[in-house]
Amino acid sequence: MATGLADPRIVEFDVRTDEMLVNMGPQHPSTHGVLRLVLRTDGEVVSEVTPHIGYLHRCAEKIGENLTPRQWIPYTDRMDYLAAMNMNLGWALCVEKLLNYDLPEKARHLRVIIAELNRIASHLVGMGAYGLDLGTFSPFLYAFREREKILDLFEEVCGARLTYSYLTVGGATHDLPPGWLRKCAAFLDQLLPVIAEYHALLTTNAIFVRRTAGLGVLSPEMAIDYGCTGPVLRGSGVDQDLRRDGEARYTEMYDGYAFEVIVEKDGHYPRDHDYPAVPASAILGDCWHRFYVRMLEVMQSIDIIRQAIDRYSTAKGNYGVPVKLTEKLPKGEAYLETEAPRGQMGFYIVSNGTSIPWRARARSSSFCNLSVTHELCRGCLLADVPAIVGSLDVVMGEIDR
Amino acid sequence: VAESLTNLLGLGPPWQWVAYVLTALVQAFLLLNVVAVGALLFIWMERKVSGRIQDRLGPTRVGGRFGWLQTLADGIKLIAKEDLMPGGADPLLFKLAPYVSFCASFVAYLALPFSGFTGTDGTTYGWVAQPLNVGVFFILAVMGLEVFGVILGGYASASKWSLFGAMREAAQVVSYEVPMGLCVVVPVMICGTMDLVAIGNMQQGWFTNWLIFHDPFTFITFWVYFTCAMASVNRAPFDLAEAESELVAGFHTEYSGLRWSFFFMAEYGSMFAVSGLAAILFFGGWNGPIPITEILGLTYASAFDAWSWTGYVGNLLGLLNFLIKVVLFVTVMMWVRWTLPRLRIDQVMKTCLKYCTPLAAFMFLGVMVWMWYLPGGLLLKSPPLALVRESGAVAPVAIGKPDAQPSVDAQPSDDVTPGNDATPEAGATTGIHVPADIAQAEGR
Repeated sequence: MATGLADPRIVEFDVRTDEMLVNMGPQHPSTHGVLRLVLRTDGEVVSEVTPHIGYLHRCAEKIGENLTPRQWIPYTDRMDYLAAMNMNLGWALCVEKLLNYDLPEKARHLRVIIAELNRIASHLVGMGAYGLDLGTFSPFLYAFREREKILDLFEEVCGARLTYSYLTVGGATHDLPPGWLRKCAAFLDQLLPVIAEYHALLTTNAIFVRRTAGLGVLSPEMAIDYGCTGPVLRGSGVDQDLRRDGEARYTEMYDGYAFEVIVEKDGHYPRDHDYPAVPASAILGDCWHRFYVRMLEVMQSIDIIRQAIDRYSTAKGNYGVPVKLTEKLPKGEAYLETEAPRGQMGFYIVSNGTSIPWRARARSSSFCNLSVTHELCRGCLLADVPAIVGSLDVVMGEIDR
Repeated sequence: VAESLTNLLGLGPPWQWVAYVLTALVQAFLLLNVVAVGALLFIWMERKVSGRIQDRLGPTRVGGRFGWLQTLADGIKLIAKEDLMPGGADPLLFKLAPYVSFCASFVAYLALPFSGFTGTDGTTYGWVAQPLNVGVFFILAVMGLEVFGVILGGYASASKWSLFGAMREAAQVVSYEVPMGLCVVVPVMICGTMDLVAIGNMQQGWFTNWLIFHDPFTFITFWVYFTCAMASVNRAPFDLAEAESELVAGFHTEYSGLRWSFFFMAEYGSMFAVSGLAAILFFGGWNGPIPITEILGLTYASAFDAWSWTGYVGNLLGLLNFLIKVVLFVTVMMWVRWTLPRLRIDQVMKTCLKYCTPLAAFMFLGVMVWMWYLPGGLLLKSPPLALVRESGAVAPVAIGKPDAQPSVDAQPSDDVTPGNDATPEAGATTGIHVPADIAQAEGR
């Protein structure tokens, strides 16, 4: 078995005895759905990671070119199925931009409540599943316990627990049921102390810190180069959040809301005065920071929802009546990015004047975030691969579409 | 037992082996059931404990209110499963591996005493299948063999994940045996014997006699031992060999059905065994915190009336004590498992080599020095049993001097508990000269 490492083809098919090619996925407990990673390992050390995607491809974009924008809403649900409301919102805003459709004030606040609530649910799953990646099972169930309560709230609103199709072009399909806001506020009140529990079990846990701090460091430059967005970008210390920096059509939703972008500035986070301090071993851009940004974003969303509840109660207008199912689209194109829980989710629509878009396209944040895997995993240990991929918090439904 | 059976059946000289074989079979059956039923209960307990920790109920239906028959139902399901073996597997090794693991964990019970007592003449008797004067050594050695099953299973599965798991287990278990052995030597050194029955009986009396309270060094040694024990039986946070988030299921990825359940039973069996060892070596074994049996007189007054019901009840209470302690340790292991994330392989090895081993070695030296100046321990001025004897209120029953050399002649021939052939070199005060030899034997 005379092989030279110089020729990559030979190595591919005639592996040296001390190197092993291992398939992690597409059916593996910790690859977050159907991600397949091909690992080149030398003992426990991973020298190369190649992600293979496409196992969940459902031709969503092609379907979008055969349906009207409102008919495509259920398909956007199935992209990032953990944050379906945010997907609905992204597509709805994009189509509204094309239609040049202005929402009543009340509808905007409703969207803020719903979108931020789903951000909490999504980050809870991300947090729990990350614990699972690191081998602790209980925080996962604690996270799901709280997420269930959000799903209960959503079920009251729209009847669905995962694929809502609630926010739609022109507003939302229904108004919030009576008494719902009170339940929502009560939920937020009881969520706060639970988050301290998560911090005790994960964020400040000695083993957790040892497993995540200083691991998979993503420099701000690299994060920008690879187009990383969302908590992955902010975890690297880049101060960008489309809720503040995005297009006017999107940021007007958040006009007048007091919130700070969760990013480390001068060694501390906006809210870390009452939350666990950054451990000494953590380096900006490592897995711990990405996790921590998500945890703080849950707090941030709680604040935003509380403000939104007050403003929704006093706002004028209605919840926004959806446009006709076969609303004629003006000729032209529109692209809009929103800040979904996993990063910047962009939707693109091109219309030739009929009610069915000529081109529908989604720009997935998870796809770009996943693309740094091979950089972060180079030379790490086998056990670090789930830890790094988990900290990127990708959803395969969104990558493959 | 065999001798009484011979008398009972009236077997002549050429047929005595029948009695011995019968006895051996009965004992093996009983032990097997201890392991199997124990594993059954612990698996059920693990599900209940994890359920409660995770805001769930755990099993609730099978077998009545608490789902206590759930494991049995699962066992039946596992037995009824299709016998699967991967195409590229080595058939012989693949089939052999679970039994190697299970046997290793099961054989450890041979030398694990469940209860015991000291006769008036100072002889120790224990409820143990095979009294061994090297009981500690035997258990550690045999449980170390468990790793062979894992390596065989991982290698024979023809799966890369299994191989990873097996290699991890090999590295981990072999490393952790060093600090674990060092920790075990500490109580052995204090007691001057490797006979588990003798070590347990030496801690008779109030809980201050337990070796964990002997001196500060033993106190720390216990925690080091417990950590290493968790690592050596592959419990979280050291369950790297079957890390489901990394290695799918580690070494038993390709196993299913009954073979898989043998690995599982081995794991729970070893959990019980190391917990039992911890209870005997550090927590007084079958001696409760308050010597109720002695106060109530529920002991064997002398070795001659070993059949006396008072002694029997006392031993049963001792057994209960022992089981409570072991179950507590196992519960702590479960608690830890369902709370903590898993360590990485390099961190596991670092914990072993950089922390546990030096700490254990230091404790070993510390206890050695301590024994030189204060053999009785922190709270005691004299060897444990002597104190019990001196304060008559504690133990109304006369108990033999611990450092008296037991006389073989005094032992009755019709004794139920065959503790005779394991005469310990008892004597706490003589222990100081022993450790060097034992350390050599144990250090391996």
